Amino acid sequence: MALPNKPLGELKAVKDPAVEEREVDILIVGGGMAACGAAFEIKKWAGDKKILLCDKAAMERSGAVAQGLSAINTYIGDNTPDDYVRMVRNDLMGIVREDLIFDLGCHVDDSVHLFEEWGLPIWKKNAEGKNLDGKKGQAMGTLKAGATPVRTGKWQIMINGESYKRVVAEAAKKALGDDNILERVFIVKLLLDANVKNQIAGAVGFSVRENKVYVIKCKTMMVACGGAVNIYQPRSVGEGKGRAWYPVWNSGSTYTLCMQVGAELSMMENRFTPARFKDGYGPVGAWFLLFKAKTLNGLGENFAASEAAKKELERYAPYGTAAITPTCLRNHLMLFEMKEGRGPIIMDTVTALATLGQTMDKKELKHLESEAWEDFLDMTCGQANLWCAQNCEPEKKNSEVMPTEPYLLGSHSGCCGLWASGPDFDWVPDAYKIKARNGKVYNRMTTVEGLFTAGDGVGCSGHKFSSGSHAEGRMAAKQMARYARDFADFTPTLKQSTQELVDIAYKPVRTFLEFSNYTTAVDINPNYIKPNGMMYRLMKAGHEYGAGTATFYMTSSKCLEILMDLLATMREDCTKLAAGDLHELMRAWEIQHRIWTLEAHIRHIQFRKETRYPGFYYQADYPGQDDENWFCFTNSKYDYDADKWECFKRDYIKIIP
Amino acid sequence: MPSFVIQEKCDGCKGGDKTACMYICPNDLMVLDPNAMKAYNQEPDQCWECFSCVKICPTQAIEVRGYADFVPLGSSIMPMMGTEDVMWTCKFRNGVVKRFKFPIRTTPEGAANAYDSLKGKNLDSELLSTEEADGYAIPRPQALV
Repeated sequence: MALPNKPLGELKAVKDPAVEEREVDILIVGGGMAACGAAFEIKKWAGDKKILLCDKAAMERSGAVAQGLSAINTYIGDNTPDDYVRMVRNDLMGIVREDLIFDLGCHVDDSVHLFEEWGLPIWKKNAEGKNLDGKKGQAMGTLKAGATPVRTGKWQIMINGESYKRVVAEAAKKALGDDNILERVFIVKLLLDANVKNQIAGAVGFSVRENKVYVIKCKTMMVACGGAVNIYQPRSVGEGKGRAWYPVWNSGSTYTLCMQVGAELSMMENRFTPARFKDGYGPVGAWFLLFKAKTLNGLGENFAASEAAKKELERYAPYGTAAITPTCLRNHLMLFEMKEGRGPIIMDTVTALATLGQTMDKKELKHLESEAWEDFLDMTCGQANLWCAQNCEPEKKNSEVMPTEPYLLGSHSGCCGLWASGPDFDWVPDAYKIKARNGKVYNRMTTVEGLFTAGDGVGCSGHKFSSGSHAEGRMAAKQMARYARDFADFTPTLKQSTQELVDIAYKPVRTFLEFSNYTTAVDINPNYIKPNGMMYRLMKAGHEYGAGTATFYMTSSKCLEILMDLLATMREDCTKLAAGDLHELMRAWEIQHRIWTLEAHIRHIQFRKETRYPGFYYQADYPGQDDENWFCFTNSKYDYDADKWECFKRDYIKIIP
Repeated sequence: MPSFVIQEKCDGCKGGDKTACMYICPNDLMVLDPNAMKAYNQEPDQCWECFSCVKICPTQAIEVRGYADFVPLGSSIMPMMGTEDVMWTCKFRNGVVKRFKFPIRTTPEGAANAYDSLKGKNLDSELLSTEEADGYAIPRPQALV
């Protein structure tokens, strides 16, 4: 008798799932900050329309803010959107969409004001310049009414943000209504219309709680499922690979879903490798900006202030010589020390706290210590535990800082994503406007008609963070309402039959059920590959050839060629992915999304023949920046009919002097 | 730093309408073994240590043990959620204990204003609904003014 070979999880997958077909006007894919913004805004403009939101998790704690945050990184306040553009442009080495950034800067504060009204505690300054948090901060009045936030740096404000996402999701869910929300439904493919060329018509996904496939038709859609994490081998490869800096469940779905229906990508070569506290990946921003700490090299030198560092930064003028050094160049200086044998890099928390303590009484000092811990406990609990396990009290013991594995995102200090339309203002260049077939411009629409994105999805415009992503989701929502009104007569028609779509979504289940009894160990079988195995294959390939941490983020034309071959084989082998339970089925689709995302990233690095972001990655065959040839956007488009990619340039246009 | 479930304390949320940890985990890790009526973390190496399950568990049955890769044994951090604050107890490996209380929200749960009665007027402007209601004027780039 054959040995029983059982799926791993509790929710077994069956060959023929139930099918639920839905037809709505507007579909929101995702549940993070951008999607919550869209959920809040949409009914104000499309109250008569059918709307549905699908989140693969539970909105109360999904997305990048699930754990909480200790700051809101974008609040314009007394600054101007013009200066906001200048800051983002400099941090991202000159090539950004100034229309998108300016536009975001005009709306982001409105979302922050709502957060505060909903109950998010925002720190305030009192008349004596002291910081007040929680209800004391609230008693100082609201930001909207003119109260002064506690700034750490020019753009960031401090919050008590443990429940940030819960507060924002609460308003979103109430506004949209529970009946219009499907949680634990993972959208895995977008669908184009059968009759109207280049028009979005729907999506297919499945429940990770019951054996059910959803086929959803819509007139217009926003995809905002965050960035891409664990596409590169992380520095911790055991249990610790869950301790990614960005949320480990962000699987590049935003990019893959949209690119597979032909939406144009932009700046996909851009990546983010944040320097964070080693292993725990706790935030360093407050340490630099609030506590004024310095980083030292292994010799105890403040290397970033050295003459050598100054000289190195001059090579990247005007970005390197600006008042605020771009994030990639700060990494670049750090890597230089490490490669020269002057590591490790140490955050001097002891000196910073001692210096601050000189002007504080005992009570204030106690509060300062509490603030330092809150910075971790609000957003990276594990870093706090790591300090506890290492007997590290920051006033007594310094901590190591290290650049992480690469992440792809469009909302933090990175700018990869979809090429999206700017707003329809006279000051926005035509080249930045995307028109639908009716001749109208739809802000934040991708190059696929009716398909919108926000947050990590919109390329060329980083530094939105949580607040900007929420505002951008709201902006996209209004445009979807407009689109649904303007195309009220359009009836979406799918190219594929429902059965064909079910077969696609459940292919890994069918493969598992067909072959799993061939061997006695369920994970090892020549007829299939489990998502977990494919994940390691992807991570290893990128790590070794695609400028991962293995090579200090260095790659070359030859390495990229090898990696492209490996990726092609991975895509072929993905037809043999196997999933025995619903959780594994989710993983099977996530790994496919990750593979496509990395492929886009690598294609863009291949195309851009320069090293635009030293510190994030280095192309050894093209070191340094080449403004003459590459001061432009690098875009790509996947042609699904021909299964071919095209990479091309688009002009950068300066709007803000 | 994967979450773990203490056998004795977990009752599978049998008195509730849903298994709390399974409902909340952003990465679909927490599952209920329906025979034992106990929850467990089905994929510890994909745990972001976000503490969502720890915070929501009605019986305080879930804690977190540091990642085996790099976290020495013997420490713990444990949140206690209130309606306005979270209280953290941080135990060091060497026995030092620190307690911190941080505000989490200034309004009662469920009080967030969804502006249900707010209806936008001009769908063809770039104004968001609350901006339109406030009479906000969208600025132009200064160089063009």
